[in-house]
Amino acid sequence: MNSTISGSESMKSATELIVERPGEFARVNYLSVHHGVRSWLLTKDHKRIGLLYLFTILVFFLIASIAAALMRIELVTPQPKLVTSETYNKLFTIHGVLMVWFFLIPSIPAVLGNFILPMMIGARDVAFPKLNLMSWYIFVAGGALALWSLVHGGVDTGWTFYTPYSTTYANTHVISMAAGVFVAGFSTIITGMNFMVTTHKMRAPGLTWFRLPLFVWSLYATSLIMVLATPVLAITLALISVERFWGVGIFDPKLGGDPVLFQHLFWFYSHPAVYIMILPGMGVISELITCFSRKPIYGYVWVGSASMAIAVLGFLVWGHHMFVSSQSVYAGMVFSILSFLVAVPSGIKVFNWTATLRKGSIHFATPMLYALGFIGLFTIGGLTGLFLAALAVDVHVHDTYFVIAHFHYIMVGGMVMAFMGGLHYWWPKISGRLYPELAGKLAAMITFIGFNLTFFPQFILGYLGQPRRYHVYPPEFQIFHVLSTAGASILGVGYLMPLIYFIWAWKHGRVAGPNPWRATGLEWQTPSPPPEYNFEQTPVVTGPPYSYSAEKDVDLDLASI
Amino acid sequence: MDQFRLFPPQASTTSHEVDALFFALTLISLFFMAVIFLPIIFFSVKYRRGSPADRSNPRSGSFLIESGWTIGPIFLSLGLFAWGAVAYFRIERRPENAIDVQVVGRQWMWKLQHAEGKREINELHVPLNSTVAMTMTSQDVIHSFFIPAFRVKQDVVPGKYTGEWFKPTRTGEYHIFCAQYCGTQHSRMIGRVVVMEPAAYERWLKSGEPTESIVQTGERLFHDRGCSGCHAPNSQFHAPLLQGLYRNAVPLANGTMVTADDQYLRDSILQPGKQITAGYQNIMPSFAGHLSEEEIMQLIAYLKYIGNQPPPSQ
Amino acid sequence: MSTLTSPASEDAFVAQQFDDIEQQREAAKLGMWIFLATEVLFFGGLFLGYTIYRFTYGQIFVETSRKLDVILGGSNTAVLLVSSLLMAFAVRAAKLDQRRMLTWLLIGTGLLGCVFMSIKGVEYHKDYVDHLVPGRHFEWHGADSQNAQLFFWIYFAMTGLHAIHVTVGIGIMLVLALLAWFGKFSQGNHNTVEIAGLYWHFVDIVWVFLFPLLYLVGHR
Repeated sequence: MNSTISGSESMKSATELIVERPGEFARVNYLSVHHGVRSWLLTKDHKRIGLLYLFTILVFFLIASIAAALMRIELVTPQPKLVTSETYNKLFTIHGVLMVWFFLIPSIPAVLGNFILPMMIGARDVAFPKLNLMSWYIFVAGGALALWSLVHGGVDTGWTFYTPYSTTYANTHVISMAAGVFVAGFSTIITGMNFMVTTHKMRAPGLTWFRLPLFVWSLYATSLIMVLATPVLAITLALISVERFWGVGIFDPKLGGDPVLFQHLFWFYSHPAVYIMILPGMGVISELITCFSRKPIYGYVWVGSASMAIAVLGFLVWGHHMFVSSQSVYAGMVFSILSFLVAVPSGIKVFNWTATLRKGSIHFATPMLYALGFIGLFTIGGLTGLFLAALAVDVHVHDTYFVIAHFHYIMVGGMVMAFMGGLHYWWPKISGRLYPELAGKLAAMITFIGFNLTFFPQFILGYLGQPRRYHVYPPEFQIFHVLSTAGASILGVGYLMPLIYFIWAWKHGRVAGPNPWRATGLEWQTPSPPPEYNFEQTPVVTGPPYSYSAEKDVDLDLASI
Repeated sequence: MDQFRLFPPQASTTSHEVDALFFALTLISLFFMAVIFLPIIFFSVKYRRGSPADRSNPRSGSFLIESGWTIGPIFLSLGLFAWGAVAYFRIERRPENAIDVQVVGRQWMWKLQHAEGKREINELHVPLNSTVAMTMTSQDVIHSFFIPAFRVKQDVVPGKYTGEWFKPTRTGEYHIFCAQYCGTQHSRMIGRVVVMEPAAYERWLKSGEPTESIVQTGERLFHDRGCSGCHAPNSQFHAPLLQGLYRNAVPLANGTMVTADDQYLRDSILQPGKQITAGYQNIMPSFAGHLSEEEIMQLIAYLKYIGNQPPPSQ
Repeated sequence: MSTLTSPASEDAFVAQQFDDIEQQREAAKLGMWIFLATEVLFFGGLFLGYTIYRFTYGQIFVETSRKLDVILGGSNTAVLLVSSLLMAFAVRAAKLDQRRMLTWLLIGTGLLGCVFMSIKGVEYHKDYVDHLVPGRHFEWHGADSQNAQLFFWIYFAMTGLHAIHVTVGIGIMLVLALLAWFGKFSQGNHNTVEIAGLYWHFVDIVWVFLFPLLYLVGHR
């Protein structure tokens, strides 16, 4: 990449746009260029589409969080106080469905990926802007179906829809919920396809594959999974819907069908899906660690390859969700060893991020706090994954709170923190203004504390034997639930704060200028907010990414920029 | 059972095995956490912006180091895998000479029956230091039979038999939980295992109404439901005789061989057309809907019993 | 970057986000290939189910497969193969700027698609009359009727999903034929036809796998 650390000279040589003085708010930008609801609903601009997605996923996040809050309040006492068992079961189902498919999977790719990816590779937009817009509408349609199901009483099968409960015994709105997810899946597929073609075909001159920022590599690996795994989910959901509707199918044991076949098909998608949910987060962390240590990434090729390795290996481990399902012992062994191996590339990334810090010049800006928090919490979550991969231990902790704690450490402690970090990092580019730094730091720390208090007790609960999806529980487990709920309320504050100050900062934040973080990367070579087509002239890349120098930057004070 | 704890009781031979691996994993995790968190903290302090540390000539990679922290974890993983797999193999393999208990799960209760015939609902009485092996199925959806104190769990699947075994090492009462979400009352599908001194267990077995053993029930069903009408030497219908059948190889009409295990016997009763024995016609009617899950298991127990007799010469 | 020596009107076809026509073409083609990969996995779930149950219930699958009409199925295979041939010629016609030929070939492809659907309709009707449609009215005069129903369920699911894709393909062909008639694909703007061809060939290939697996199991 062209070095963009100092001054306007290199910026002028990179692009020939209408020069805004550094530190100025670009008056003509993608937000101001068209006005009115129609200009948003019919936009083809990847940046506006990214914001449309942001708004939409926030709505789903809110609903799913309310469900979580109700559950955590109910779980303070061993016996029911707030809701019936039927309602409780619907709460954890809607929490899972919305969080997985309508928040986590789109989050970084559809919001930050859409906004930043084309800019990061020096393109004017994605390969198929109209399909991009269509993907948002499809997403909204899927969400509408899911909400329709919710409003009419919801579903109580769990987000995993296990048969034969979901096909034959549940008397809730399974088909409409499954249809909502089915439809949303096409949004994922289109986004993945769009990103892959964009990355293949639209990189700026000089931007070879091994000069790409790691965020692009991780989005590419994610897109690969999106495109190959999601269709399997689609056909699986279609099969259970048809079976439920017509009463015949391939999962019904009374017809000689095998209910465990559903689990194979479901997890063949859903395990890779969790990598859809974490890989983009890892990509963001690579961007944040490098920028805020003012250093190139340690082991670029290893980190990039690790993303691809995770994508490939992720397809081979689905059976680790089924060690006690009546799957054969030998199948269990194959899946166990592969599950241990898939942990290795994640470990490689963590080691490389840590090594990047050495001899850096470390700035503890809000995005960096989120990045460091990610590394800590993802490490714990990943290590507990080893417990689950170990067959004999998994027999005990499968389907207990141990699993819940494990995946929340990765999804919430990992992915959501990465999302927050990325949002804070690129917010100045998106909005042209900075968020309030002190509030940002505070929220990051509150989130970290609240998160650990919420989920660490659940590891203990799980090993003690409390199964998941339990509305009522034996009284000796109560203390852990009380701690967990206390943590959840703190976590809630940690999430509410950014919601408030981002909205405030949109109009009142300090003007950011094109590159407040003095970051490398083509996306920072544009004004903030960027113009509609990003670059007047396609930039040319002449060197590797992350061309920072900690030694030179040791006096740089990002907080004052 | 209701006492507050930080760690579940170790009440079976399996508990000790599983906990050993768990502790090893915990130590290894703490090690890796230290290996990552301590350098992060150290670097964050030493190399914080403005600090006078030496930042010259930073490295951007090293094949040796990368290989090291790739290969090291791989070997560690293989070791942990092997440990877990060996223990798992032992957990999953049903031991010989165990006390048999049959379990049928249904929404939202556990129905158990000892070999001697005594039935229980949501409770399982077992003697100390004896191996107990359960054969389980579900009447409706998938459930899971979980005894945390013993560290054992197995899904209970409609249409097939799954097995679970344990050997209790401490008397007391321990939780049974259903561990696979199964509908509205899933969290109430719980019970308790009561581990008793062997003498107390014998007394308990003999208490209450006298019952016939499962094998006796199975034999009674075999005659009452018409099985012996065809599966007998003097029958006018040509049907395989079932003495000596259990666990032996059966040649099928399509040329392959199968083992006559519990699943085979169950399928033969419910879906006779699925696997036709070589040399026989597809004329057996299906008993689907005419036998409960318990009755099928009782029949199979009887077939297991006569399976130990010598096969008839044909 | 572009190797075409076509006049300025060529650039009018280039969308804003692309640098030149070559990039746009390649992007569209790559996009279609990725989409077809997703379709392979979409059908894959059903093929997996079929394979597992075929392996488990071999005997009954042979007997039920015999109930499918090999003549009709075979004719459908020929119909689709010929339609793919026409499609290949259509792509060639587009490249050679033969407007009328292109239009007729596209119509022909679509028409053969309709022939396929009609034959399928005849088959489905026959199955309905013979009580072979899974559900309340399913009747199987033989042993193992449960698993027989399983076979037919899989049969209808796979051929039904395929038929939906054929229908979409017919729609695409007719729309393209209309556009072709009005000269949309002249002067080298043949990429769309090529991409549609990829889709049609894919639909054909899926059938080429479905036919032997479903129809020819029982017929040695």
